[in-house]
Order: sequence, then structure tokens, then C-alpha cells
Amino acid sequence: MKYTLKENGYVDLVIVGGGPAGMSAAVAAYDAGLRDILILERDNSLGGILRQCIHNGFGLHRFGEELTGPEYAYRYEKMVREREIPFMCDTMVMGIDKDRNLTAQNSEYGIFTLKCGAIILAMGCRERPRGALNIAGHRPAGIFTAGTAQKFVNMKGYMPGSEVVILGSGDIGLIMARRMTLEGAKVKAVCELMPYSGGLARNIEQCLNDFDIPLYLSTTVVEIHGKERVTGVTVAEVDENRRPKPETKRYIPCDTLLLSCGLIPENELSVGAGISLDRVTNGAVVDGDRETSIPGVFACGNVLHVHDLVDYVSEESVIAGRAAVRFIRGERGEEISLTLKTDGKIRYTVPQRITRVEDTTVYFRVADVYRDKAIVVRAGGAVLIKKKKQKLAPGEMETVKLTAKMLGEVKGSEIMLSLEDA
Amino acid sequence: MERQLTCIVCPRGCSLRVTLDADGKPAKIEGNACPRGETYAIAECTAPMRTVTSTVKCEDGTVIPVKTDRAIPKGLVFEAMKIINATVAPSGAKVGDVLVREILGTEASIVVTGKKP
Repeated sequence: MKYTLKENGYVDLVIVGGGPAGMSAAVAAYDAGLRDILILERDNSLGGILRQCIHNGFGLHRFGEELTGPEYAYRYEKMVREREIPFMCDTMVMGIDKDRNLTAQNSEYGIFTLKCGAIILAMGCRERPRGALNIAGHRPAGIFTAGTAQKFVNMKGYMPGSEVVILGSGDIGLIMARRMTLEGAKVKAVCELMPYSGGLARNIEQCLNDFDIPLYLSTTVVEIHGKERVTGVTVAEVDENRRPKPETKRYIPCDTLLLSCGLIPENELSVGAGISLDRVTNGAVVDGDRETSIPGVFACGNVLHVHDLVDYVSEESVIAGRAAVRFIRGERGEEISLTLKTDGKIRYTVPQRITRVEDTTVYFRVADVYRDKAIVVRAGGAVLIKKKKQKLAPGEMETVKLTAKMLGEVKGSEIMLSLEDA
Repeated sequence: MERQLTCIVCPRGCSLRVTLDADGKPAKIEGNACPRGETYAIAECTAPMRTVTSTVKCEDGTVIPVKTDRAIPKGLVFEAMKIINATVAPSGAKVGDVLVREILGTEASIVVTGKKP
């Protein structure tokens, strides 16, 4: 629904970003009884990155069926429209301050300021670009992040090239290996710096193995050739310290290099507002309600930490949406103050803090590939949870569920998550 | 004989170990966390199936996302792409619209999955 700015600029809840996280948070806030909600979206339509993720595999948890990205987004857009939740597209948020004043601009209102009862940050993430990878060579045409290539192919109808090498085996890179192949390109290699893939096992199977595309682990691109257009890349194997081994250098002719080397939560607004960030996730430090270090400012989805599955983004955003409503109504208060710590083998947790005694799912990632380990949760000398896992990998997010009963009985102020021999 | 597969039914991606009998038919399936894994393993060893997702061009020059509304034999994927790339959607195509019915003698149709960009 179209939104008309109020004279005093006040809105109960402003959601920054109209992708899966923002839409899910908006629907949850509406269903919790809030009506004065506004979604601000930078692009020309709701849906976020799902609009270009035309492959299937979304929604198995959330809807119990397999959907494509646009279908998943469309379901949420329908929920937003049915509830007549207002949104503004083509609107860029420029800044947020600690008193929840938000400055944005669009062509209709110019620059305008909103006073927000609460804010939910749902800006998603962006891809690590070439500049962050330190690859030698010129700057010819033909180097794209996998997501940029995805936008060209799936939304603009352009093919970025015909002979492709992909650096990085994140899911978007794998998906694009298949997509480019289906559209007639030759994908010559997928190179992964690490000794394991960063993507889901099913994507290795259905995107690479189905098309006989080779995946070279512990291998990276050391030089990009070509001046006007990419003419090839030199790849090399790396040692255990990830340093290229010169004797393994080989040249692969190609006209296109796609980069799928990690995603970074897009937190410029959070930094500007002075929100504390977690150095591992690159997202905000939050409590179980996804509230950041600024009261009334919440974060959810890929801006908080990069998820593997949109279903979990939706789930997390419901938590933030409901909590924002409680904040606006003055119903929030800290019951406890627990900090979650990890042992290094577990790299991070979200949330990082727990402030309420209620069932809380803790999401985390491990630092390496591990086999036959147990996830152990301890507090005040007692073991709360011990969960055996045959295999853990950094590319697959794990969870443990802390019950209200466990949290109510914790002695001390810390909960420790560690990975131990099973 | 044995075959190692990765189940693609859900993001869990179970490692499946399939023991084949003398006729090459799956006799024993291990490693699946749910019954769908068994169904997948049998299909993968006898008649593998894939859903195809792609885009078609619209009359107005934009592109719109589509999929086969059910899986088709894996061997027909590139044939299906030829049909998809030869299809032109009306400018007013909406989510759920069927563009081509029963392609390549299968029961699968090409349906629109998203809005125009």
C-alpha cells in the first residue's frame, strides 16, 4: 500500500529493506497487532535478492514445498499486500541515529526524516568484490561477482560471457555454474581456495556433477590475463597456509571470471548509527530478540549474519518483528543477562546475548570441517546440552535450542559453546 | 556394486550409499535421514529426474523467470532449454501462468514463477 508521510514524520516501526527478512518482519509485526508500519526498499520492487535467484530449493522448511526464489518472494509480497502494509520502493535510507531518527530519500519526497518508534535493519548482504581478493592483473572486462552475473542473466537477459572460470565455491557460484551451462556457456573450472567447498553438498551434486564441471579444491586464481577483455586466468594449488605453490601454476583460457568468495552483511547504516558489530559475523551484536546495542533497533536476516537458507531468514525475522512490537508497547525488559561464548572451533553465535527466559534457538557456524564431534553447551559448570554430530562444515549453519527451563536455572553470566570429541 | 550419491531433495544433502544388485537395480540404501532420500536414490539409479529453472523473453523485451512444474528426465534438460529459449511470453504474463504444456512428451509444463523485473 502506498504510504503518505505524516507531518510530524512519526512511524511506529520502520523496516529498512524489503527482501525476505524485511517482509517477514513486517508481516510478523502486523500479525502481533501493530498497524503503523513502513517498509523502505532501495530497489524498484519488493523481494530483494530472491528476485534473481530463479532456481528452486527455497521454502521446504517454511512452506513444506520446493519453490523458486521469485515464488518464495511473491508469497511474502502477497502477505504484505493482503495486510495493506505500506512500503516505499526506489527509496534509499541514508542514515540512522541513536535516537531512531532515520533519513531517507526518493524522487517523490526528496530527502526526508522519519522519527521511528522502532527500526528493524534488514538490508541483507553483498558479495566480496575483486578488490578485496588481491588478484594480480589488469582490469579487463569480463570479471563479475557471481551475483552480478546472475542479475545480468536472470533479470536483464544478457550473457556475461561464453567461457567461464569461477573462483570460490559458494552457493551462488555453484548455481551460476549450472545457469551459465544451461544457457550455452562452457564452465571450465570452479576453483576453491579452501580444502572444502563453501556451498551446500546438494549444489555440488546438481550444479557441478550433473554437468561434469570440475571443482578444484585448495586452488586459487593467481593472475588474470587480458587488457580489454579477460583472455584467461592462471590458477595454482595452495599449501596448508593458503599460499600458492608456483610449480603448480597452469593457464586456463577463458573470457569470463566469476567470483563467489563470500558474502558480507551490508552494515554501513548500522556503523553510522554507532551499533556494536560482531567482528566474526560482520553483523550487529544482538540478544535473543535480535535487538542491537541501540534500544529499539533490531536486525534480522543476512545483515545480521549470512544464512544458508531463506527459510531461516524468515524465521529469524519473525522474532525481530514481534520483539519490535513489544518494544513499542513498552513491554520489553531484561530478565537476565547472559553472554554466549565459543571455543574457537565454533566461530560465532547469533544471538550473542540472551536477556529473556524463553526458548531460544542459537545459530552458529564451525571454523573447519569436523567429524564425529559433540556440540556441548555449558553454563556455571553444568552441561546443558550435548549433541553428537557426524559431520560439521563451515558452509552449513548449525543450531542448538536452549529451553526456558535451562535459561532460568543458569548460574553465572556466561554460556559456553564448544566442540568436543564425541 | 555400490554408488555414492548426495541427496538433492533438501538442503541437508545426505550422503547416500546405494548397493546395486546384479541387474544394476538399487537393492540397499543407507545414509538417508528421511524416506524421500530413498525415493531419490532409486530414481537416481534408474531414471534420474531434474526440475529445470530458467527465463523466457517477453514480447516487450524483458525476461521473466520460469520452471518446469515438475521434474523431467535428466537427459531431456538441454532439450527443455531449447524449448524454453524458443518461447516468448506475453507482456502481461503473471506468476503461475502456463506458457507451454506437456513438453517433450512428459507431463511437465513451463510455468511463470515471478514478476517482471
